Amino acid sequence: MTLLTATKVRHCFGGLCALADFNLELHQGELMGIIGPNGAGKTTVFNLITGVYRATEGSIRYRGAELVGLTPHQITARRIARTFQNIRLFRDLSVLDNVRIAHYSQTRYSPLEALLHLGRYRREEQRIIDDSRGLLAIFKLEHLAGETARNLPYGSQRRLEIARALAIGPELLLLDEPAAGMNPAEIDQLMELICGIRRQFELTILLIEHQMKLVMGICERIKVLDFGETLAEGSPEVIQNDPWVMEAYLGGGAVG
Amino acid sequence: MRVALKKHWQRALDARWLVPCLLVGGLVLTFAIAHFGLLNNYVQLVLIYVGINIILATSLNLVNGYMGEFSLAHAGFMAVGAYSSALLSMKVLPVAAHPALFHLAVLAGGLVTALLGLLVALPSFKVRGDYLAIVTLAFLMIVKSALENIDAIGGPRGISGIPRLTTLPWVFCWTVALLWLIRNFVYSCYGRGVLAIREDEIASDLMSVDTRRVKVLAFMLSAFCAGIAGALFAHLLQFISPRVFDVVKTTEILIMVYLGGIASIGGSILGAALYTLLLELLRPSTVAGLLSWLPAVVFDPLNDYFIRHLGVLRMIIMPLALVLVMLFWPRGILGLREFRGFIPRRDRRAHGAARLKGTDTHDAADSHSTRET
Repeated sequence: MTLLTATKVRHCFGGLCALADFNLELHQGELMGIIGPNGAGKTTVFNLITGVYRATEGSIRYRGAELVGLTPHQITARRIARTFQNIRLFRDLSVLDNVRIAHYSQTRYSPLEALLHLGRYRREEQRIIDDSRGLLAIFKLEHLAGETARNLPYGSQRRLEIARALAIGPELLLLDEPAAGMNPAEIDQLMELICGIRRQFELTILLIEHQMKLVMGICERIKVLDFGETLAEGSPEVIQNDPWVMEAYLGGGAVG
Repeated sequence: MRVALKKHWQRALDARWLVPCLLVGGLVLTFAIAHFGLLNNYVQLVLIYVGINIILATSLNLVNGYMGEFSLAHAGFMAVGAYSSALLSMKVLPVAAHPALFHLAVLAGGLVTALLGLLVALPSFKVRGDYLAIVTLAFLMIVKSALENIDAIGGPRGISGIPRLTTLPWVFCWTVALLWLIRNFVYSCYGRGVLAIREDEIASDLMSVDTRRVKVLAFMLSAFCAGIAGALFAHLLQFISPRVFDVVKTTEILIMVYLGGIASIGGSILGAALYTLLLELLRPSTVAGLLSWLPAVVFDPLNDYFIRHLGVLRMIIMPLALVLVMLFWPRGILGLREFRGFIPRRDRRAHGAARLKGTDTHDAADSHSTRET
């Protein structure tokens, strides 16, 4: 079943087109990777899907419903979650609060109930806390629940960002360079983690990554972008052997 | 010995009965003071000011501290609350016959102001930071010149002869009720949304926070409280004019907020109390009274060159204090920290109590794990 379809999406900043004639078909349960050199328009794809930018042309449909024109929080509330290339945690807030904030769209009490701490407030707050602590436990961050996010080591901040994204209760998870700045051992752990949460939460994952080890290791399908255009698309084996890709992106030689 | 004392102190601060006891104690005390005249009228007046200023500082903190915006509109909100409630209690409600109706006027003043808060929230969708400060300053000026130019409500002369119905115990009750509302708001999904906006607005939007809704709610609650503070203020002074609610009033509230500490209810209470008391202490008569034990050789020149001019000087001293606080203590006394009693128990437990005090993280984590097991 197709979860997300992008057809003929085009996005220009002034005269510069970051993305031209972009098409994407993402099936439910799939793990797909987008690779490409810097400036290829990869992050723009994420920003278009999540509503940070509004596509100049074209349509993006999620479960048949048009996403172009919706605000980011409306799109996120449809269970599309993302992480960021450069970590964007709520740095001065506690680890627990970072995760609790992402429960906003699933919170079922009115402002009046919030002001009086009555009605559904107590039940909902307890549910959010239990849920958040459960997520932190999966990412081995539970003992740090009260710590300020900025004090966490880099790797933990990366994990916290994924935990926060999962708090939205996503069906589609967009990971923007999750392995950036990680050493090989950490990348191995990350690969395990991504596969683990994918099974546990039945996620469809779209990820952007430069680390070939991770991309070739876990992605089922890979899309190669350059200058906003799709160069190739297919399974890791196909991509690794595509001459066009080797020349344009991998530099005509070995694959790392 | 000191460690043991500190433990006891911590336990006392943590106790379930502390806040209710303080509340009941405060209520009884304020009623007793007012009823039996335990304190003279001047001290009572200062305490009432402390209460009103606590409301103002805490509500401004919601926008300027928790949300990280810079609103200058607070005196304008106060003016709207003051005028609307004064008009109600003088022209509409039979307050003279039924003094209890005064609270209805106060509440109505707050509600009218909340509606205006909604209006001010609208530009905050598009504009942030310094530019929002300018927009809110413009709002303040619009309110002021509107009041100056409507003859039906006295124009620049203002309104006089408002019944004096604001008493110490009632101010105490209103303060507690409004602080409770703000605290409840802060510890809800909306309050966390407000914090998220301060940290990173785009990221919070992408974490499903409806930032517009959250901003509207925060501005409305903040305006509501400021309106009520203005209403209480009007029924204390018995005379209001547009001049009372100018940018100087806003500056005073800003000083209280930043002195006490941003994003902290405890901080705002502290800041408002400190500022109000300091301002009273700096009155020429008070200082002269306090220093009268000095020998005349010292006292007389001091009096001639300094104390007598304090009325003017304190208007320099207090803004200077703000500059110094911002420079050396940018988060204020209790910035980003909170008095434990204000944090809901559920929240404290969920955090393993670790974030409340940077120093005893380990203790807190330990006690948490033992509680869990």
